[in-house]
Amino acid sequence: MNLTLKIWRQKGPQDKGKMVDYKVTEISEHMSFLEMMDVLNEQLTNKGEEPVAFDHDCREGICGMCSMYINGEAHGPDRGVTTCQLHMRMFKDGDTITIEPFRAKAFPVIKDLVVDRSSFDRIQQAGGYISVNTSGNTQDANAIPIDKHSADTAMDAATCIGCGACVASCKNSSAMLFVGAKVSQYALLPQGRVEATDRVKNMVAQMDLEGFGNCTNTGACEVECPKGISLENIARMNREFFSASIKG
Amino acid sequence: MSVLDSKIPKGPLKDKWTTYKDKINLVNPANKRNIDVIVVGTGLAGGSAAATLAELGYRVKAFCYQDSPRRAHSIAAQGGINAAKNYQGDGDSTYRLFYDTVKGGDYRSREANVYRLAEVSANIIDQCVAQGVPFARDYGGLLDNRSFGGVLVSRTFYAKGQTGQQLLLGAYSAMNRQIARGKIEMYNRHEMLDVVKVNGKARGIIARNLVTGEIERHSAHAVVIASGGYGNVYFLSTNAMGSNATAAWKIHKKGAFFANPCYTQIHPTCIPRSGDYQSKLTLMSESLRNDGRIWVPKNMEDVLAIREGKLKPTQLSEDQRDYYLERRYPAFGNLVPRDVASRAAKERCDAGYGVNATGEAVYLDFKSAIERYGLEQAKIHGIQNASKEKITALGEAVVEEKYGNLFQMYEKIVDENPYKTPMMIYPATHYTMGGVWVDYNLMTTVEGLYCIGEANFSDHGANRLGASALMQGLADGYFVLPYTIGDYLSHEIRTGKIPTDSPEFDAAEKEVTERINFFVNNKGTHSVDYFHKRLGKVMWDKCGMSRNAQGLKEAIAEIKAIREEFYKEVKVPGSANEMNPELEKAGRVADFLELGELFAKDALMREESCGGHFREESVEIDGEQKGEAKRNDKDYAFVAAWEYKGEPSDAVLHKEQLEFKDIELKQRSYK
Amino acid sequence: MSGFLNSSIGRKYTMALSAFFLMIFILQHFAINILSVLSPDTFNETSHFMGTNALVQYGLQPVLLFGVVYHFVMGFVLEIKNKNARAIKYAKNNGAANSTWMSRNMIWSGGFILVFLIIHFVDFWFPEINTKYIQGDMSGLLADGEGYRYYEELVHKFEPIWRVALYCIGFIFLSLHLLHGFSSAFQSVGANNKYVKGLKGFGKAYAVLIPLGFIFIALFHHFNH
Repeated sequence: MNLTLKIWRQKGPQDKGKMVDYKVTEISEHMSFLEMMDVLNEQLTNKGEEPVAFDHDCREGICGMCSMYINGEAHGPDRGVTTCQLHMRMFKDGDTITIEPFRAKAFPVIKDLVVDRSSFDRIQQAGGYISVNTSGNTQDANAIPIDKHSADTAMDAATCIGCGACVASCKNSSAMLFVGAKVSQYALLPQGRVEATDRVKNMVAQMDLEGFGNCTNTGACEVECPKGISLENIARMNREFFSASIKG
Repeated sequence: MSVLDSKIPKGPLKDKWTTYKDKINLVNPANKRNIDVIVVGTGLAGGSAAATLAELGYRVKAFCYQDSPRRAHSIAAQGGINAAKNYQGDGDSTYRLFYDTVKGGDYRSREANVYRLAEVSANIIDQCVAQGVPFARDYGGLLDNRSFGGVLVSRTFYAKGQTGQQLLLGAYSAMNRQIARGKIEMYNRHEMLDVVKVNGKARGIIARNLVTGEIERHSAHAVVIASGGYGNVYFLSTNAMGSNATAAWKIHKKGAFFANPCYTQIHPTCIPRSGDYQSKLTLMSESLRNDGRIWVPKNMEDVLAIREGKLKPTQLSEDQRDYYLERRYPAFGNLVPRDVASRAAKERCDAGYGVNATGEAVYLDFKSAIERYGLEQAKIHGIQNASKEKITALGEAVVEEKYGNLFQMYEKIVDENPYKTPMMIYPATHYTMGGVWVDYNLMTTVEGLYCIGEANFSDHGANRLGASALMQGLADGYFVLPYTIGDYLSHEIRTGKIPTDSPEFDAAEKEVTERINFFVNNKGTHSVDYFHKRLGKVMWDKCGMSRNAQGLKEAIAEIKAIREEFYKEVKVPGSANEMNPELEKAGRVADFLELGELFAKDALMREESCGGHFREESVEIDGEQKGEAKRNDKDYAFVAAWEYKGEPSDAVLHKEQLEFKDIELKQRSYK
Repeated sequence: MSGFLNSSIGRKYTMALSAFFLMIFILQHFAINILSVLSPDTFNETSHFMGTNALVQYGLQPVLLFGVVYHFVMGFVLEIKNKNARAIKYAKNNGAANSTWMSRNMIWSGGFILVFLIIHFVDFWFPEINTKYIQGDMSGLLADGEGYRYYEELVHKFEPIWRVALYCIGFIFLSLHLLHGFSSAFQSVGANNKYVKGLKGFGKAYAVLIPLGFIFIALFHHFNH
């Protein structure tokens, strides 16, 4: 199929940037979206133009590196997938596809479609861990039984790949689904309870500091999340935060 | 006496590691604060090592090319992690894990290293649970296990189909804690482009800031390389797009020997290639083979009709199908080890029986399993005379519960419903057992330069067992390197800060800058990928699942020719002083073009079939094992460590003889 | 606690708590108003009680006022903050693909409700305050002294069709606001798990029925007098 692409081009962080139109031809419906971008880049390279920079790595939907806003949705129109898992069969011959970087003040553009998501790292550094040293003498893994339901719910929260689709999709650029997922994972496990109070306060404080917006519960994040992380995680974080604040 | 000293401690196998640890030199906490360690790569091995070294008190600088340590490709591991916990009480033990690993590696790994790996495996699970890794649990709240890779015990711990992700996020969280405490300085979007040696010791690296293009100097008292494997030498593999061998190859060029490059694992259950535009291959967990039956049509007419779309695979009756694994290996059937399953698929496709347009695919069929589970469920629910549809529905529900996420992934990519029509699979490059040679301390042949995880060669011999890669990465990073590196660093307490304005740093930086300038100024005609794809094709055709002397000789010549053309004709748009993904790729592919040649040279040298390395000349000629891989323990029970001497063709072979004192060498049989 | 109130989640809580208070108030307001349809006398008596009871007037009324003002002010403050969290807007954004119109436009429905509320205050609350506290007439009687004035005033207000139309539109916006706001408030205070799943349906019913009820009252008085 033949497509028209409207792509955000921005030379560097200080550049103003603009949308530029490109045409690609003979795109197979079996291609992944990023393979279609490879075709475009090969074409640009051969013409002596600079290829479109975009983040990608594992190309199997788990590393969380790819980050495109396609036709007005994070990771494009399909559900439960990252951009690398989006296939061209979701589009029709002759379509015009608008491709933009994930937009948020806390995700500044580095170049073209590449954004800086280190704000996520800093939130994790503020408390997204359990303080245990590597000693080889920690207690046996089966010493504390964890009920299956809690373990499974913790796992569901832990599947977050940190791609930032939640922020990109949120009309407020809020990071609460991301933070909620991490807070939930630890809050649900006995190992994580010990530091739960400080963790939620520190992570939320860092989240606020990074300039993410406030959650208004539109639920867009949950719909666009490639891993289907539930809004219940935000509710759990809110509860955790409230009780942590009361504890002082 | 070889120049290689593996430094394996004396004493009985079982006590080596404990005794060694007791006698190892330590660094006192006050001195650790003044010692810098660089860790390159933040996957399971690098991430866990960086975190642990920082906990111990060293000043750590960690580097990764991704935008966050959490994205390292360890994250893509699906199945699980082995550990000799024996929670299931099915007779597992440290020795049995050790034995299985050595046997699975076709007796080409170092006994002492493997035993140590098995020994610390249990600690890994304890550590990860303490970190909050949500492993699967049973209803009693205890950890669940599954069996994996055809071994006889259930020792694999898992977190859904995302075990690698959860373990990596565990290591990442441990790193985050140290980053927050200022003990780790994290350099994201940085690529190591050379190691700096001062007086024969590794003293730092030259790295490129991938955002600004700036070339940076970083010094340290020791350098740890944890940059993963080199599977992308094939262009198409299950590795991430950015996975590269540059760090490992650069240290090889600076004196670290490269061991067994020809040992590559080709994983049998991947989604087949659909066209030339394909950028990577997607793995489907090996566990699918527990219930799926692999087949191709018996008759060539049917193959052709299927390819043309005139016939559906479901229309073929049982006697028109060739369940070739069950036919060839009645004892293990569809559960033969990875290398055997892969070669058998290739054999059928080479004979012309491949079932998709490219001729490179076989069927993985769940129909029997769905029927079997359906009948079972009907019985459990007391449904008399269940209709065929009911049985199918019940069976599909069971299969969905077991493999739902994989089936969904397959459907997203291929656009076919694997419940209704058989999956198509084909082998793909997955893991590289070969890598930088290291001694028992995980130090390379360069003093102060360490290599851990998939990047080194140490534990898997010629073939890796399922769920063992995660185990090795974390064992190296959490429990081995942090001890052994102390022994070396204990001699560095008086060294003081390493300056970066020395002539050695100048020279290394100059070399790196010149190379980058070469690429951006080379006004060639072809993109980097053009050459990478050509290299990949040579590697796949001639150094792939089966190899022969003639093909390998051709490969050596062809790779050399592609390399020469690459330097003449490669075109890198953009400049050096900005984010430039094409420039990054150019540097990586240049290294693959050298590594590929050494790979072929190593494969040519090893005139035996072992594990992932199958030489067509070395097969059993008659008897029950006719046509199967034939190992040659008399002449090839050694590690081939190559020393760099300029061109890959000039590399010098050093042999580390492998001694098996606690294990009897046997031919693997799956008949 | 000041940290809590300045944090993103703390503000969610206070928005939700003021919303709860307002939702209860609306329910109470509706309960009294519907009396005007059922029994004008009871309506008059209840209105007089609410209008003159010290606890209601000096206790609840200021709290209500604070709740209203807080909910609006904080709503606008957060909206501005949230808008600023994305400096460059998307060239193409398909919000309908992942969220409801109501959830994305709370600021608009809220804004219209504010406009409506101002008119409503001008219609009822300011005259009330004027009569009671400026002119000092706490009797609640009509000018001729023949019975309470509340019902008469209410009926009188709904004579012009334009005002009835305005009220109907105002309540439609209230409904849209509540369709998202009700369950959103529960989510904000962390009440979203298997125990409160039924709340969603209840919230939808509340969001539709209460505004519909108000509209019914307005139309009833318009067409019956």
